[in-house]
Amino acid sequence: MHEVGALSSTAFLVSSALKVVVAFTLVLVTVAYLTLLERKVCAWMQDRLGPNRVGPKGLFQPLADGLKNILKEETLPAEVSKLFFFLAPMLSIIPALVTFAVIPVAAPLPTPWGLVDMIVADAPIGILLILALSSLGVYGIVMAGWASNNKYAFLGGMRASAQMVSYEVSLGLSLIPVFMLVGNVTLTQVVWTQQEALGLWFALPLGLSFLFFVISAFAETNRLPFDLPESEAELAAGFHTEYSAMKFSMFFITEYAHVLTTSALMATLFLGGWDIPFTNWDDMRVVAPGVVEGAAPSVLKTLATFAAFAVKTFFFVFLYIWVRWTVPRFRYDQVMHLGWKVMLPIALGYVTLMAVSILVLDAIGLEFGFVYGLILTAVNAVATVIFLWVIDRDRVISGAAARRAPRRAPTRPALVLEGEPAFGVPATEPAFVPARSE
Amino acid sequence: MLESYAPILILLGVSVLNAVGMVAASHLLHPPRHTPVKDIPYESGMVPIGSTRERFSVKFYMVALLFIVFDIEVVFLLPWAVAMRELGWAPFAAVMVFLIVLTVGLIYEWKKGAMEWE
Repeated sequence: MHEVGALSSTAFLVSSALKVVVAFTLVLVTVAYLTLLERKVCAWMQDRLGPNRVGPKGLFQPLADGLKNILKEETLPAEVSKLFFFLAPMLSIIPALVTFAVIPVAAPLPTPWGLVDMIVADAPIGILLILALSSLGVYGIVMAGWASNNKYAFLGGMRASAQMVSYEVSLGLSLIPVFMLVGNVTLTQVVWTQQEALGLWFALPLGLSFLFFVISAFAETNRLPFDLPESEAELAAGFHTEYSAMKFSMFFITEYAHVLTTSALMATLFLGGWDIPFTNWDDMRVVAPGVVEGAAPSVLKTLATFAAFAVKTFFFVFLYIWVRWTVPRFRYDQVMHLGWKVMLPIALGYVTLMAVSILVLDAIGLEFGFVYGLILTAVNAVATVIFLWVIDRDRVISGAAARRAPRRAPTRPALVLEGEPAFGVPATEPAFVPARSE
Repeated sequence: MLESYAPILILLGVSVLNAVGMVAASHLLHPPRHTPVKDIPYESGMVPIGSTRERFSVKFYMVALLFIVFDIEVVFLLPWAVAMRELGWAPFAAVMVFLIVLTVGLIYEWKKGAMEWE
């Protein structure tokens, strides 16, 4: 136990206000630079240069974009529902910027006035706040689609809402095993369980949960391969077709803010949060105001753990971008099929499996620690293999249509040289023969 | 404990101000200038046919109905999951009964074709 001293209530308010301002600015600046990162990484993957004209190596591109968007003329077609048209971008951006509040970003910082948690608000509801707020994002999108009075926007909004609610169920279910192990819903406790109580990052003992969470998070943020709501080839720009200027920019910021928040969440829930691996030097938690259990807090530790957190978060951000420029888009029936017929039943079975495993391990009196985690890792390895076997794309994801139709014979006879045995030519006549003109 | 929610409220206030400010600034700096063509909804250059506010696929409602059932299920599972290791086997059995009832519902929906998107 280390006694650092609690903040007085004035100091608490001042530190809270400071943290809010710093976190808010940090999120907005990071989001602005995520757009540049996305374009740079895309250019790198496609062997191009990417934006490189504004400032050194294009570093001022986000500023130029922001300035352009705020000065552009906003479009307002004749028959939009004005109230909802203006409300929609606000309703999507507000929850996206608030969810960051309950994620701990570093080890607590000792100051002359007392101990400061490196989390905007250590509220007891923790991650439930994130679940609640992120589902509010659907309203903004549906409202945008409905208010635009545009068929593309409308279809995009409908698709987005159906997809987001479908994957929210799997998202919630994938968190249940985490709560079972932690016994709490605050993210500070989640970090402590991973670094000290269990000693294993949840990506191992809850591997399948991790996989489910990543898939659902991709679907929730409407990123490829789940970007059906704004699939350019079918729906122009989807739900924000009619938006321009700053209101378009707000939808853009919302998307990247969600990418950043879910990446931070994945890092916190499954990769140990701000924990530095293979060392106990930084393992600490606040047990009462100003009292720390575990290692002694210091400024250096706060900075080092923040760096660890940033590295993990940017790993997932990079994963988002990497997947976007690699994987093609699903068809809509495949998205719904994956959500309801694959993820939901398997997630239900998995929750049961984990509950039984944990209760059995408790019943035989095994101590909650490293060995406990290793046994759960083994259970998860088996479960993950079974999941991957079920999800095998030729049987499930290709959809009902592919299985029902008989395999089509090649319509063109294969090119065969004189005197060679013919390969690939069907033995019988194909079912469909084009009529010949006599 | 209630004071730990204060920063969330401050952050919410800042976000709301920011959102309203963005929309207002954009609106004041360059308000829309209407022309007949700009007032038409953008549907890839085609002149829109008919209204948007028409009937649409009932499947979206089906998904919404299904979602409510299963999201409530998750909400009921949460408090049990948090306390599971202290509660032991008896509440686990109760939760399993609850899960089985819902799974029967899921199978029924599946067989009825509520989840088909062709």
